[in-house]
Amino acid sequence: MSQEVKIISKRFDDPKAATLDGYLASGGFQALEKALTMAPEAIIDEVKKSNLRGRGGAGFPTGMKWSFVPKQSERPKYVLCNADESEPGTCKDRLILQYDPFSLIEGMIIAGKAIDSHQGYVFIRGEYRYLFDIMERAINEAYRAGYLGKNIRGSGLDFDLYAHSGAGAYECGEESALMESLEGKRGIPRLKPPFPAISGLYGGPTVINNMETLATVPHIIVGGGEWYANLGVPKNGGTRLFCLSGHVARPGVYELPLGVPFPRLLEVGGGVANGKKLKAVVPGGSSTPMFTAEEAMGLNMDYDSIAKAGSFLGSGGVVILDENTCMVKFALRIMQFYRHESCGWCVPCREGTNWLHLALGRFHAGGGREGDVDLLREVSENILGRTFCPLGDAAAMPTLSILKRFRQEFLDHLAGKPCSCGVSGRPALATH
Amino acid sequence: MSVFSQATQERFQTLLSHYPVKRSALVPMLLFAQDELGYLPPEAIREVGELVGASELAVREVIGYYSMLRLEPAGKYHVQVCTNISCMLRGGDDIYRHCKERLGIGHKEVAADGVFSLEEVECIGACSWAPALQVNYDFHQELTPEKVDEILRDYRKKAAAR
Amino acid sequence: MADNPTLVNITVNGQQLTAPAGTLLLEACRSAHVEVPSFCYYPGLSLQAACRMCLVEIEKMPKLQTACTVVITEGMVVRTDTEQVHRARKSAIEFILTNHPLDCPVCDAGGECELQDMTFKYGAAESRFTEPKRHREEQQWSPIVYFDRPRCILCYRCVRVCGEGMDVWALGVGNRGVAASIIPNHSDHLQCEECGMCIDICPVGALTSGPYRYKTRPWEMKHVGAICTFCGDGCKTTLGIRNDQIIRGDNRDKSGINGDFLCVKGRYAFDFTQNPERLKQPLVRVDGELRPTTWSFALETVAKRFQRIKSAQGGFGVIGSTRTLNEEDYQLQKFARRVLGTNNIDHHRTADFPALATALAARTNTPGTALPLANSSSLKTAKAILLVGNDPTNQHPLLAWNIRTAYRNHKTRLYVLNSGDIKLRRQAFRMAVIPAGGEAAAIRFLNGEADSVPAELTMVGGPDPKRWPQTPPSVPQKIAEGLQDFRARLRQEQDVIIVFGAEVRGEAVRELVAFGDTLPGNTRYIALADNANSRGAADMGLYPDLLPGYRPVADAGARAHFEQLWGGTIPAEPGLNLPQMLAAAAAGKLDALYIAGANPLRLHPSAAEGLRKAFVVVQDMFLTETARQADVVLPVLCSYEKNGTLTNTCGEVQAQKRGGMFEGAKSDLAIIHELAELMGCGFGPAAEDKIFGEIRANVKGYDLSLVQLLAGRSALAAPLNETVAHRDDPELIQPNNDTLFTAGTLGRYSTTLNSVMERRLQKESK
Ligand SMILES: Cc1cc2nc3c(=O)[nH]c(=O)nc-3n(C[C@H](O)[C@H](O)[C@H](O)COP(=O)(O)O)c2cc1C
Ligand code: SF4
Ligand code: FES
Repeated sequence: MSQEVKIISKRFDDPKAATLDGYLASGGFQALEKALTMAPEAIIDEVKKSNLRGRGGAGFPTGMKWSFVPKQSERPKYVLCNADESEPGTCKDRLILQYDPFSLIEGMIIAGKAIDSHQGYVFIRGEYRYLFDIMERAINEAYRAGYLGKNIRGSGLDFDLYAHSGAGAYECGEESALMESLEGKRGIPRLKPPFPAISGLYGGPTVINNMETLATVPHIIVGGGEWYANLGVPKNGGTRLFCLSGHVARPGVYELPLGVPFPRLLEVGGGVANGKKLKAVVPGGSSTPMFTAEEAMGLNMDYDSIAKAGSFLGSGGVVILDENTCMVKFALRIMQFYRHESCGWCVPCREGTNWLHLALGRFHAGGGREGDVDLLREVSENILGRTFCPLGDAAAMPTLSILKRFRQEFLDHLAGKPCSCGVSGRPALATH
Repeated sequence: MSVFSQATQERFQTLLSHYPVKRSALVPMLLFAQDELGYLPPEAIREVGELVGASELAVREVIGYYSMLRLEPAGKYHVQVCTNISCMLRGGDDIYRHCKERLGIGHKEVAADGVFSLEEVECIGACSWAPALQVNYDFHQELTPEKVDEILRDYRKKAAAR
Repeated sequence: MADNPTLVNITVNGQQLTAPAGTLLLEACRSAHVEVPSFCYYPGLSLQAACRMCLVEIEKMPKLQTACTVVITEGMVVRTDTEQVHRARKSAIEFILTNHPLDCPVCDAGGECELQDMTFKYGAAESRFTEPKRHREEQQWSPIVYFDRPRCILCYRCVRVCGEGMDVWALGVGNRGVAASIIPNHSDHLQCEECGMCIDICPVGALTSGPYRYKTRPWEMKHVGAICTFCGDGCKTTLGIRNDQIIRGDNRDKSGINGDFLCVKGRYAFDFTQNPERLKQPLVRVDGELRPTTWSFALETVAKRFQRIKSAQGGFGVIGSTRTLNEEDYQLQKFARRVLGTNNIDHHRTADFPALATALAARTNTPGTALPLANSSSLKTAKAILLVGNDPTNQHPLLAWNIRTAYRNHKTRLYVLNSGDIKLRRQAFRMAVIPAGGEAAAIRFLNGEADSVPAELTMVGGPDPKRWPQTPPSVPQKIAEGLQDFRARLRQEQDVIIVFGAEVRGEAVRELVAFGDTLPGNTRYIALADNANSRGAADMGLYPDLLPGYRPVADAGARAHFEQLWGGTIPAEPGLNLPQMLAAAAAGKLDALYIAGANPLRLHPSAAEGLRKAFVVVQDMFLTETARQADVVLPVLCSYEKNGTLTNTCGEVQAQKRGGMFEGAKSDLAIIHELAELMGCGFGPAAEDKIFGEIRANVKGYDLSLVQLLAGRSALAAPLNETVAHRDDPELIQPNNDTLFTAGTLGRYSTTLNSVMERRLQKESK
């Protein structure tokens, strides 16, 4: 458990894997061949056995999610790949799209077979145009070779797949907002229930998974659920892509087994950059509550361990902050993001993120007032748990964690002490 | 009369064939329309709306929602600098400031000659290669101010060449 | 909804509650008087869960839940009064107020603002938000609609009522996040039906109306629930009155048959009452010119002249109104028959009510059978509706609203037979487009057994091209198939409500009822007439051959009844109808023409010359084409300035209540009574209630509960007799074909309607 384990990333160094020939040469579509002979339930069982959990954020067990889809349905069923990848700190789906697009295609066909769906869409964030083009090319190639469309490879299975481009909206990563967007509307999340497995895209039963989740499926089918589960720790099967960024010596995307101790992960990334001391860690994208260095060093990087410690493994975006980082500014930048990305539908998120952003901006610029720290906390608490969708929580949780763990730094700001990033006293951001 | 080129119109038709409901093609169509025209003028809004069977209002609602879609022209090269956390920790703000100085424009502004426009953007998924920016759809990563100068110089040359 | 919904038990704040399955928690709480505040929730519109005001605690759920979206389930335990819930409410208001300008002192909504009320109740009065607020200039979107973004709390009620309710979809949401804003359909202005629903549904003062802005404070007005005078639907409109002037019309208390619905006319067109051209003094023709005079002189002039003609056994003609009240109509025909001694009385007919009465004759009196007439609300829950002719969106906005509501909430199947592309097509389950004038043939086909569709219905290009912007299906084969399918589907429906316009008259009405009789269940009917009291005019006997309650003049028994009641004789012969009267006047065979509240020259302009030959008395608010030809013009009060009753097109009788006052004018009723008095056949005091008492006792179907009427509720009148011998005069039925922005004389004098139309022309020509 000391080095990278290359499963999902096994083709990242193979420049030819993004072509069908290259993919086939590296063992591609073997999982499909096998899945074509399996009963849908057997596929779902295998995925269940693998303890694969969603790589998009919430970490929901994938096999279980698939099993919620009703067998009979009047409306067509859909398989959706969530490649919106907008969570700050996350840059992994991008690599799969670039280097291994066929693994996603294969994973989606298998998911289609498992839930008896014949139509899939890959929702790719608008900014990833070159990846969209790669994906489209791969899909076209797969069609030409009979891996997509009617009667796939003579098996009698039909599956259509298209790439779909977003146009700039973090919220469209939320599954129901993604469906709205895919239906040509504003990406406003939907009321739940009904959940997508019952009523999703066009009202049909829908499975939606993160890109990495779906691209993992072929490996599970080939290697077996048990094999995959054993790579990780109980209830947290397999490996995942960790995106190391921030003050780390060798930022990058590394595949490691779930449950890897955080110090190990940091070591893989070469430790904190420039020999500085670790100050804080974002464990799974900007939405997840932060840890102090101390807390982080005792962490195991799996869903349950991190949940126990009060945060989330999230999207796998691990951001390293060194001793010189100004936590006020960090909180401010996070809030700038959520304010910008709030869809504006519900009151606490729309007005709350705006309030927090303005207040944090003023505070960081030296305009802090007595009581501000508590005000920031209370406003965050008033967002938490009261919004239409989890975006409000995603804005409130990291803010609350920073306010709690680095309260002293806020008080120091208030007292006019020089800011650790050296920019206290001047507005650091374009406010727009 | 269409405001779009033959190729874009064909692309629209292909897109429309991908969905059981025409309206589904709206967001990508708007993006492709903008790629061609540089922004979304009223004629484009009307035409795309008609193609997917959505009212002008419905199309405007959608445009307003997505941050990549715009009603005003941007520069030929739209420089989008990420300053979100991972980039910020590695000097994203400096890169952004550098771009502002070099281009002489601010957030969502277009240079007088129309070559460049600038925007401070949210995370573009280049966190592990921060700091990063995008010029139109091209990514430029692991930036330094010097590298930015080089990049801008290249684009300026390209603009002059045409 | 099922007839016997299963009941669900829940506990709210320790109190046991029972409500039908499927009920929203918020509604269940409210029905038990447990307060759950809300902004975005609005009954009948889609759920939003956006304002987060209604958060409550539900046992076994970790987070607070929105009561506006949770459906109750058996055994649910709910708390709405905890510390946590109160904090959530307070914080929701605090968030809303962060970008709210708090300009209550100058806001039209001040005093009737839901945000004000909630802030008062749930706190957050002192603001912890000290950052700069977002400012945006106020925008005018149309002559009627103004938008002030900073006041908007984004509850989306306006968007939904415009889209889901009105099917106009003129409002949307632009931008995102804190920059999100309601936007109009034409980037900087609205092109819509100008109904003002969005304005009245707005809980704050973000949407305000041009006609009302900055006119008054709400508490300075007294509010009178009146019946709209513009179309046959009879919506209730609450008039805001200050100094006897109508300042505002709305129906925010949702009472009356229309709930919260009103169209542009009901809400804003009352301003004709204050048009400077309104007549304030009687006019008498002197030396060929109409000159102002006193009431006593004018009335004496008329009475003396009438008396003289009567003594000389000269001919009279009387033309009544479709906008005057039942009491006035009843007294007018009494005046004609009893005082002037003539059956030459008629009105401008826009529906064939006598034909419907004939077709339905004899079935009302059977005890226990369901009434064959539908009221306006029954449309909202109908299983199926057949609409023949008419364009309710324009001519019957309330009924169109009710049909859309039915479609939205109950998936009601609407069958449309029309020669035009009417907007209700969007809700139609089946629509058959037929050639203009083909309605009767189409009904015959529906009622027949033959599979072959008459050739006249399948003419290529048949549908009225003026009303059909796109190319209609012009292949005869297709049209025939369409009609066959239409009939087959329709025949499987039960409890159908059949609604028909003026296109269906005479024999076609009886054929339509015969077809209705073949359908399973209880088929009910609505005949569509244009004006506020068209139905009342018909019921009250403004016909040359029909006494009140459709009782034939020729029927000696009926005559005897009224002769005894009125103490005098009624001529036995049916009189002249409206065009016959005009012709008789032109031929010099009528000595006097008494026109109360009608403008026949608009439809018959060539009759102007002929009128000069008779002594013409006109009662009106304005100097209409007809009034200009009169010898005496008597200025009258409008409907909003009188008490009495009106009967809408469905037969719903409602009380009209006096709102505004107008110096110088008299009611038609007062004038009729004074003339009768001067002519020595006094009717007694002009007391509406006494007259309505006479109507109740003597007009079949009007024996309605007074209590109900006075409480502002409607009662369905069904003046049907055993038999109705009535001469079909289908050609006399001439619909106005009004649009949402026209309404005969009243419309012409409404500044608001005119400004809306001018602006539309302006925008269109651009
Ligand atoms: C605001 C918000 C943004 C999200 N963005 C993403 C995203 O970019 N990519 C993603 O895979 N999931 C994202 N999610 C999670 C998805 O809603 C969904 O849970 C996920 O796609 C399910 O896939 P998984 O089970 O494979 O993780 C987001 C959720 C929220 C609330
Ligand atoms: S304008 Fe009024 S009704 Fe419309 S969203 Fe704003 S507050 Fe609600
Ligand atoms: S009333 Fe429930 S969220 Fe607005």
